[in-house]
Order: sequence, then C-alpha cells, then structure tokens
Amino acid sequence: MSDRRPETRGTPYAPHTAADTAAMLSAVGVDSEADLFDVPESVAFEGAFGIEARSERAVRREVRSLLGRNGDLVEFLGRGHYAHYVPAVVDDLAGRSEFLTSYTQYQPEVTQGFLQALFEYQSLVAELTGLPVANASMYDAATALGEAALLADRVREASGSTVLVPAHLRASAREVLETYVAGATLSVESFPMDDGAVDVAALHEQVDEETLLVYAETPTVRGVVEERLAAVGEAAHAVDALFCVGSDLVALALLRAPGEVGADVVVGSADVLGLGTTYGAGLGIFATREAFLRQLPGRLVGASTDAEGRRAYTLTLQTREQHIRKERATSNICTNQAWFALQTAMHATLLGPSGLVDLAEGCVRDARDLAARLDDLEGVEAPVHDRHHLREFVVRTDRPAPEVAGGLRDRGFAVHVIQSAADREELLQVCVTDVNAHATDDLVAAFAEVAP
Amino acid sequence: MSDEQTGRETTERAYDQARYAQNGENEPLSIETGRREIDPGEGSALPDDLTRDSLALPSLSEPELARHYTRLSQMNWGVESGPYPLGSCTMKYNPSFTEDLAAATTAAAHFDRDNADLQGTLALLYELQDWLGRVGGMDAVTLQPPAGAAGEFTGIQIARAYHRSRSDPRSEVIVPTSAHGTNFASATMAGYDVVELPAGDDGRVDLEALEAAAGAETAALMLTNPNTLGLFEREIESIAEIVHDAGGLLYYDGANLNALLGRARPGDMGFDVMHYNVHKTFATPHGGGGPGAAPVGVREELREFLPRPHVRRVEGTAGEDDGAPAGDDGSGSPRFERYDPPNSIGKVHGYGGNWPVLVKTYAYLARLGDEGLRDASAKAVLNANYLAELIDLEVPYRPFHHEFAATAADRDAAEVARRMLDSGVHPPTTKWPEQVPEAMLTEPTEGESKSSLEDLAAAFDAAVDADADELASAPRRMAVRRIDQASAARNPRLSWHALEGSAADDPESHR
Repeated sequence: MSDRRPETRGTPYAPHTAADTAAMLSAVGVDSEADLFDVPESVAFEGAFGIEARSERAVRREVRSLLGRNGDLVEFLGRGHYAHYVPAVVDDLAGRSEFLTSYTQYQPEVTQGFLQALFEYQSLVAELTGLPVANASMYDAATALGEAALLADRVREASGSTVLVPAHLRASAREVLETYVAGATLSVESFPMDDGAVDVAALHEQVDEETLLVYAETPTVRGVVEERLAAVGEAAHAVDALFCVGSDLVALALLRAPGEVGADVVVGSADVLGLGTTYGAGLGIFATREAFLRQLPGRLVGASTDAEGRRAYTLTLQTREQHIRKERATSNICTNQAWFALQTAMHATLLGPSGLVDLAEGCVRDARDLAARLDDLEGVEAPVHDRHHLREFVVRTDRPAPEVAGGLRDRGFAVHVIQSAADREELLQVCVTDVNAHATDDLVAAFAEVAP
Repeated sequence: MSDEQTGRETTERAYDQARYAQNGENEPLSIETGRREIDPGEGSALPDDLTRDSLALPSLSEPELARHYTRLSQMNWGVESGPYPLGSCTMKYNPSFTEDLAAATTAAAHFDRDNADLQGTLALLYELQDWLGRVGGMDAVTLQPPAGAAGEFTGIQIARAYHRSRSDPRSEVIVPTSAHGTNFASATMAGYDVVELPAGDDGRVDLEALEAAAGAETAALMLTNPNTLGLFEREIESIAEIVHDAGGLLYYDGANLNALLGRARPGDMGFDVMHYNVHKTFATPHGGGGPGAAPVGVREELREFLPRPHVRRVEGTAGEDDGAPAGDDGSGSPRFERYDPPNSIGKVHGYGGNWPVLVKTYAYLARLGDEGLRDASAKAVLNANYLAELIDLEVPYRPFHHEFAATAADRDAAEVARRMLDSGVHPPTTKWPEQVPEAMLTEPTEGESKSSLEDLAAAFDAAVDADADELASAPRRMAVRRIDQASAARNPRLSWHALEGSAADDPESHR
C-alpha cells in the first residue's frame, strides 16, 4: 500500500500514484501536467490563493469551533422557515451514496430509484395540494412564487401585468418575486388585510383587468389560517386573473386542499418535512392544473413502460426545459432541490396521513395554548389577530418589542420583532412546533419576567 | 475496479443492477403497499369548513421505509458506484466528512436571528466569500444563488442594474451557440433578447462574428472557459476588449472551472461577473439534481448591486478574528454582520441560499488548500487526456482540458451510451454540444484512477463495437430496459393518481 501514498501534497481525492501519473503523462505524450494547459501566458495565474490545506480532523475542529460561535438559543422562530423533528432514519437513508452522489436522471435506465422517489414526491404534493400536476421541486417558496407569476404571464387565460400579494407577506418573498418579474415587466402591488386575514371586500375593489395573479397564503406569514380562501379565488377569477395559494405540506395535511377552493397554482414550503432548520435552505412546492402542464417550470417525472412492458419512470415533457428549448424555455431552472425532495417524501411516508395530521393539529393546538398563556401575562396580548393559527402568532407588548425580545434573548430564547415604532404597536411573533414545545413553560416564565 | 492487476487489462466488465421483481414489476410504489385514507377534519381544533374531508397517502413503518428506500437506492447510480463521466457536470468524488459538518446542530440556526446570535454562521460565510473571490480573481462574492441557473440570473440582473445606473439600458445578451441552455433562458428571464454567436471552425469564439454582434445594445457576453468542447478561449483578452469597447460586461459561466483551478482566474482574463458551481468544482454532492449553490463574484464596481443581504466584517474589528472562538465570554461585540448593498438588485432566494451546501464548500476548500485545488485541476485534465488516448473514438476538437467531445460517428450516441451501462459505467453526456456529430461529451474528473479510466475506455470500445441489434436492445442488465419516451410525453402520467388500476384509489389495498 505504501506506493499508493501521494508523494506530493495534492488533492486527497485523486487516486493517482506518482508512477500512475508518470505513465499517463507518457501515454499522452507530454512531460508534465503543466504542458496539458493551453492557457496563454498573459492570463496564466502564477500567484497563490493563500488557502492553507488542513487535515480532515483539523477542518472538522475548525468548522465546529466556528459554528460554536452561534448563540445557544432555543428558537421560537418561523415566518416561513419552520422546524419539525426529522427522524434519524430519513437522514440515514437519504445519505446513501447512490442517492446523494447521483446526477439529475437524464439516463433513466440507471436511475430508476431516484426517479421513482421523485414520482412519489410529485404524487404526495398532488394529493396534498388537490392539484393534479406537481413538479419535482423548486428552490424554495419565494422563488416558486416568482415562477407562478411568470407562468401566469405565459398562459392565455390571464392577460394583465399586475401581481397582487397580501400586505402581510414576508418582505424577502416579495423581494424575490419582484426580482423574478422584473424581466417580464410585471408589477407587484399589495392588498390590505383585515385582522390578519385577506380583506376580501377591499380585494374585490382592487382587482381589475390589469390583474394577472392574486396570491394569498394559508397559514399567512403571521400564522393565520385564511378562512375565506374560496372568496379570494372568486375575486381573482372575476377578472380572469389566476389564483395562487401559498402553504406548506404539514398545513395542507389538515387544511382544505387549495385545489378544491379554486387555486390555479399552489406554491409554498415542502421543506417543513425532512429538513429542519437550515438558515433558510428550502424546497419549493409547485403544483398546478392540467391545463397549464406544458407551461410548468422545472422537472417532471412521468411513468412509462420499458421494452419488456414493465413500469418505468423517466423525466418527461423536457421540451419545456432550458437544455432543449433554450431562450424559449418555461424557466431557466436546472439543478434544484431533488435530494431535499427525497427527504421530504421519506418523512411524509414515515408519518403517513395520520402522523401528518397529528403534526398539523399539534401546531394548531400548541399555538392556541401558548398564545392563551402569554395573554394571561401582564403587558402581553396574544394572539393579536382573532383568528385560528397554525404554529405561530403575533404578540402585542406594552414595552418596546426590541426590549422584550432582548430580555428573552438574555434568558436563552429567540423570537421575531416584527414591528416597533413610536407611533405604532409593539409586535413580536412566536412560533411553536414539536421541536421547541418542550420549552414553552420556560418561555412563558421568561415573558413574565421581561414583559411587564 | 480497484484491483490493480485486472485493472490494467482491457477486458470488458459487466454490471447487473439489483432489483426486486414482483410479477415482473420492480419495487412497488409506497402507495401500493402502504395506502391509508383518513378524515383529517375529524376531531380537529379547526372548524369543519376549514379542514379537508379525506387524505390518502402511503404510511410505512420505519423498517418498511428503510427497505423501500434501500431498494430504490440500489436502482440508482452514484459517484461511489463507479465512473460517472458526464461532460459539463463534474461528477467528482464527494468527501464524506463534509456531510456531518453541514448537519451539525450548531449549523442549524434560523436566518431571522440577530447578527449577534449568528456569529458562527456569518464568520463561515464571510470567509467563504473571501476564498471564492481569491479563487476566481473577483473582488466581492454573494452566496445567495441556490443553483447555477440562479447564479446566471443573478449575474445578469447585476449587469442590468449596472447599465441602468449609468442611464444606458441595453437590450441584448450575446451567448455562444455551444453554451449551456441555462445561459439563454437566464438572459431571457432577466428581460434580454438573446443574440446567438456561432463558433468559428476551431470551436472557439469567432472574433469577427463577435465584432459584428457586439454593439450599443450589448449588455453582456456570457462565456464558458474552457468552453463546452473543453477548449480554452485563447483570444480571451481580445474578446474582453471587444465586449468592453462596446460598453458590455463579460460574464463567466463557472461550469468548467474545475479545469483551471490555480492555473487561470476569470478575473484576470477580463471577466466582470461570474458564478461558481460549487456542486461541480468544489465537490458538494449533486444529490440527484440538487441542492447545489452558485455564488456570484463581481468586480469592485459591481459590488453595490449584489443581492441583499451581503456579509461583511464590522468596521473596527479587522484582525481580531483569528485565534480564540468568539462568544465564549459573551463580552465580544459582533465581528460580522449582514448589510444591504446600496443599489442591490434585491433578493434571488427567500433566505440565504443553500446553506448546508455552503458549509460543505467551505470544508472542501479548507481541506484542499492551494496545492490541492491546483492538483485537482491537473489530475482532471490529465485524466481526460489519458482517457481520450485510450478510446477508439475520434475527438475532433483539441487541445481540450478537463473534458472532451468524442464523436460516435455513424453510431447513435444515445444507443452507445445505453450499451455502456451494461459495462458498469455511467455514459458521458450525449448529442451535445451540437457542433460535434453524435457527441459524447466526456469528463472523467480527477477522482478516477488510471485503472478505472482503462475500464471506462473498455466500456466505450465495447459499446462502439457492438452490433446494431445489441445497441438497439441495450441496456440489458439494468432494472429496466429501454424506456418508451414518446408515450411518456404523449400520455403524461405524473402521479400515482394517474396510473390505471393503481392502488392509489383502490380501497382493497388498505392494510
């Protein structure tokens, strides 16, 4: 084995012995590796990056030490990025190298396993959204919303150029939407809320022939379950605009399927299953009606048969995609989040419908119970909106919200400050799921100390 | 394949993919073995009109789940299964140790924490921005774009913001014919008309054609270098001059950066904006089609347009970073912060991009360092050249670097590719780029040993030498045979609900 040890300090992930390298150079007919590069001297790089190579153990120590600088807080944070407990078997199975180290399934005969897993993912999303066509994933909820607006712009049924979004929308989601539609010269406007839900009467006033798409969320970024989704859809359809609903796969297990209340497109977070907290790395849902199939962005796995008549899976309708259609593609999306989709499907399948509904139901009850306990405290009112909530809710404090949040932080808890100004209400937001529910007693106690 | 004695022979290897057949069909769908249907509204805390009446999904116990997905994994090919020489994809070995770093609990922080409570995450991001800038010769880097195409879109939006800031809006982006399809689509999404640039006879940019195409409407030229034939654009300085003289920017598609690490940098070649495909060049796993990440690097003049937020060192703390981890005593003030660049293009991802992938990128760069990165390119280019020497196919365009486009000539490249599967290798990218007839774009990467390249060459030759019947009927040893693509597209069945006679809606299959 000693001859396999590299003589020079090169990459540890190239298997070449010095003898191999010499034999290969000789076979190619050059004296050195440098001779293989056809780079003019004037642009050749002779300097150094100044990145020092480390042993694997040293890198581990360094990264763990670096990440250890993140404050040790129990997070009651949500607003679009949620954590539910992911069983170890999910990470373990997804980590199998046949999945993790494979490429997009352009060679379907040798990638049936991943194709079937993505077909199962698409099917889960179709069942949960109530729409028949779901793609094999988008980057995240915000970019999926951007793609929904671009799809609306492509289909014949809608002709306006204004995308209407709720006033209560995560600012970053709106910013991504605006970036996505800038090239298509669409504009984004917001419609007002009524106690945390869509102000349907105001929306009816606002829609007109310029409206391309109406977007609404359930639950909203403030955790409010939207009760009048069908009426929102009617407002959109009254002016021939498309209706897009944003949600997440856990909420959709419990809530009425958007496809049943008129949604033309469903976007949102699939990453609530399988992923956990990842600084916001996500997995976007994209589902739509059959009529828009050929305008769908992204990859689709379809069922077919092989030469022996056996069921087989393959990427299909690829003529929509950039590698075939180039500038006329429905989207530029190529690599996206397939491995996360695999994890999501695994997690959903392990929970099953009962486990999923229990998880969602827990999010409703835990949020309601925590809000009630906080509401009993001096200087605290919760929930601010008199609505049903899922996972999270807004809290009004008598003291300035940043001061209350700072006090909570000193006691080991992170919550959102969503509004604080001299002339406005002081608002915090709190998110509770199965991963932090064990700490709610301590959170309530901390609120009791810092809120009055 | 690691057996040295047999590895030097050119006898053909064979591979039988594992599969579990039931009545001739492969592993059933999860819904077919575990369908459950419930009424979610029953006993809900929510009113009846807000909840659904039924939900039918698979439910597998943990042992069943483990077996289902293990069997699916056995019907799938990864880099650890064998050679995966997809041209333009850089399917190199993915170091194991980076996985558990990305999965560390301290890495699992929410984006909405205060900067002060994210000092570890921000320190890693800051350092990674800096390293990538050095590798590409760029002055500032954003880590937000979640994939290569998103990086292109970001870079072109930055070019658009730059031109608008000078009150010089332009309408065209020039893209060589042989570029990745994403270039065309990204430029279009950003609102530009695409001007296609045909290649010269030598496979490189034709300077006269570029002169003719570039003008007052040119916002940018998007270029891959080495290009998709593996050729270095020798006239890159003239190309840059033509584009810059026309007032346009030069965009570098980082798909082929693995050819150049430590040998040449886009910034030194005159590029103004670039993206890095970390899932190619820096060995983060492709995951069956993502997540990847595509940081975008820019020259100083373009820094103000980067997506928000960007990470920087807090003023006055420079130099305090080395040594003891911060935050231990709780007294240190934050050293890194997120800020909004003054003329930002906005956001291209809802949060900070694909963070776990960025952790893996950092770990890979730290592990290899300068010498390792330079060696990775050297071995990648050596491997491509050695493999091309061994195979019987002609390679019309040379000198190539990390990849080459061989031609299957009078054979159908897709059939040759399917035949290669039976030899226990993944085939190359086929029928692209288009200027090579029946192209087989081959990129072995530095991860293949001399003997595995010899196996790969034997697989090429066996496929090319196969008779017409054998080619048409390949593959024979995979979980499925040749798939009917036409009927998949003509009659799209995209979920288990669409399968005739499926258990998806068959109450008899309830367990």
